[in-house]
Amino acid sequence: MSASLTLVILMAVMYAAGVYVMLERSLTRVLIGFLLVGNATNLLIFIMSGRPGSSPIVTGTSVDDMVDPIPQVLMLTAIVINFGITALLLALIYRSWWLAQLGDEGDTLTDEHAAESADQADNAFRSSSDDDDAVAESIDEFERGDGATSDEDTDTQKTDAAGRAAASTSAASFGEEDPR
Amino acid sequence: MTALVPLIVCLPLLGAAIALMLGQRRRLQVLVSVLSLTAATVLSAVLLVQVDRFGPAVVQIGNWEAPWGIVLVVDRLSAIMLLISALMLLGVLLFAVGQGIVDGDTEAPVSIFHPTYLVLAAGLFNAFVAGDLFSMYVGFEMLLSASYVLLTLGGTGARIRVGITYIIVSLVSSLLFLSAIALIYGATGTVTLALIAERMPDLPADIQLILGLLLLIAFGVKAAVFPMSFWLPDSYPTAPAPVTAVFAGLLTKVGVYAILRTQTLFFPDNQFSMPLMIVAGLTLLVGILGALAQADIKRLLSFTLVSHIGYMLFGIAIGTPLAIAATIFYVVHHITVQTTLFLAAGLIDRVGGTTSLSRLGGLLGSAPLVAILFFLGALNLGGIPPFSGFLGKIALFQAGTIVGDPIIYVLIGVGALTSLLTLYALARAWNMAFWRPKKQIKNYSSTMSASLVEDPQDEGIVLKKTISPLMVGATTAMLVLTLGLTVFAGPIFDLTTRAAGNISSPSTYIDAVFPNGTGSIGQRNVGTNFEGGSK
Repeated sequence: MSASLTLVILMAVMYAAGVYVMLERSLTRVLIGFLLVGNATNLLIFIMSGRPGSSPIVTGTSVDDMVDPIPQVLMLTAIVINFGITALLLALIYRSWWLAQLGDEGDTLTDEHAAESADQADNAFRSSSDDDDAVAESIDEFERGDGATSDEDTDTQKTDAAGRAAASTSAASFGEEDPR
Repeated sequence: MTALVPLIVCLPLLGAAIALMLGQRRRLQVLVSVLSLTAATVLSAVLLVQVDRFGPAVVQIGNWEAPWGIVLVVDRLSAIMLLISALMLLGVLLFAVGQGIVDGDTEAPVSIFHPTYLVLAAGLFNAFVAGDLFSMYVGFEMLLSASYVLLTLGGTGARIRVGITYIIVSLVSSLLFLSAIALIYGATGTVTLALIAERMPDLPADIQLILGLLLLIAFGVKAAVFPMSFWLPDSYPTAPAPVTAVFAGLLTKVGVYAILRTQTLFFPDNQFSMPLMIVAGLTLLVGILGALAQADIKRLLSFTLVSHIGYMLFGIAIGTPLAIAATIFYVVHHITVQTTLFLAAGLIDRVGGTTSLSRLGGLLGSAPLVAILFFLGALNLGGIPPFSGFLGKIALFQAGTIVGDPIIYVLIGVGALTSLLTLYALARAWNMAFWRPKKQIKNYSSTMSASLVEDPQDEGIVLKKTISPLMVGATTAMLVLTLGLTVFAGPIFDLTTRAAGNISSPSTYIDAVFPNGTGSIGQRNVGTNFEGGSK
């Protein structure tokens, strides 16, 4: 079997580094270790396809020149699975950071959006779309070149929009402090 | 008939999609998940009957023939596993529904519980019907991803802490499995189980050893085999009761199934008998000694779970058809009884307010039905005649004495000791929780006071945690199933004997997947891949 020595060395280094980093206490480093080991495994699958060759498309390539396509299929699947799990791990790490920040209170606080009803969520979206409309309107006016008279007007509209945007963001992210 | 095979994976997935869309409408969601699991149970029962009568069902997905396409194979072993896990999943789901109804909608498992649970079921079924190593890996990943979500449900501090340990351990074992797949592909040029089975004996012995051990380690972590079992007693007890029950019953058994399948198919000469024996003995002993030291029912049950995996490994290590038959019977018995006991522990948590043995007492008077449920389950797990636990162990020991190596006699001794110690641990737990009067507890303060809350509608005070008839009904149904395994042990053991006859000669499996023989398949990589290294 012929395999590129560079790839083999790269794989070995990634395995070693990944396992080393995975043994750290910090969860983010564990995640990085997992990514390294996962990609090292993908490289291992790739190395197992044997000699390099041309793309395995049936028309125009003789069978002897083709590269083995199955390891590539397996790699693709493995990459997608690793991607999904990485996303889940990131969410968990964020959650555990959030709990660590709040200490024991973390368990008692409800979810950020738990207090929000569907109407409130709609309102938040509506007001942000209002903001977008306002910004678009002011840009239109500016482009039409209404001159110096409307400058102040645009400014007030902009600050108004910014204020409303800030209000809606805070309502969305600090729902538990909201008197509603 | 073969159309049923993909359907058993697709149905729960479809159900999961529908349940996810119905996130806001709890009752419809419950209906969808109960219906899809009921359908899956019926399907797997039909499959078992068909497969038992007409031989293995093989489906080539998209009509791509076996070594190139994905192939699904249901033989008797797969069908038995499918049926028993579908039954367990359905029972535990009903328990979870009952719990949700009692807790009211605010406390009920969030709306992702049902879709995730169904994805777990689909992954489980996929792992059982997979005809190639890579689909088995995909099935494992499906059920593991779902289990990550279920274990950390609600995202409280304790669950996140143990969840992260569990996830990282599972990820490492998955990566080992994937590496093993890559190496096996390099060595044999295929991932189809049947073709690997044919080509594996041609490989040099040392390469077989590496591949076999890598697979054993990867599956051993999932099956919680000592010394890779450390994660299980820490992570399982913190999850909600139904989730723990389904994990305990099924997730470790997928690992056992994978070990059973790969050992019998790839290594029919049973090269790994000795290491498996040693590991089985240690798992039995260390697990049960851990259980003796526990003061919490759920942790105690988790340790007995680890310990009893040893019996199944023992059967695989003996490797004769009789031993394999006994192993399959033991797997079926252990899935049902362990799930029942964890559900009973969930009921104890409800009626006693805790599962800590130092604070429980006198429950026999207040909850006699729960006491009976737990007692019968404990007797069954401990292997008291005439229950199925006794029959399974006797079958294993009998298969061992026929082979009659010295180490097998040692293991039979260890197995008998473990059985007694299991009985001791569970009887002690039962005595403390149900039998002893409350007066004997030092500084007794009713833990139930913590679950008293003011009712928002009425002005009175209500008990938050109670048990609903559905929860008790589901647990009782499970117990009846374990008793059914005892009553119908004869026909069931005949069935597992036929299943063992299927898998103890790989040629049956190979012939089912390749009815026209494997001669027409190119010999692309076989044996050539590793010659470069030896030259």
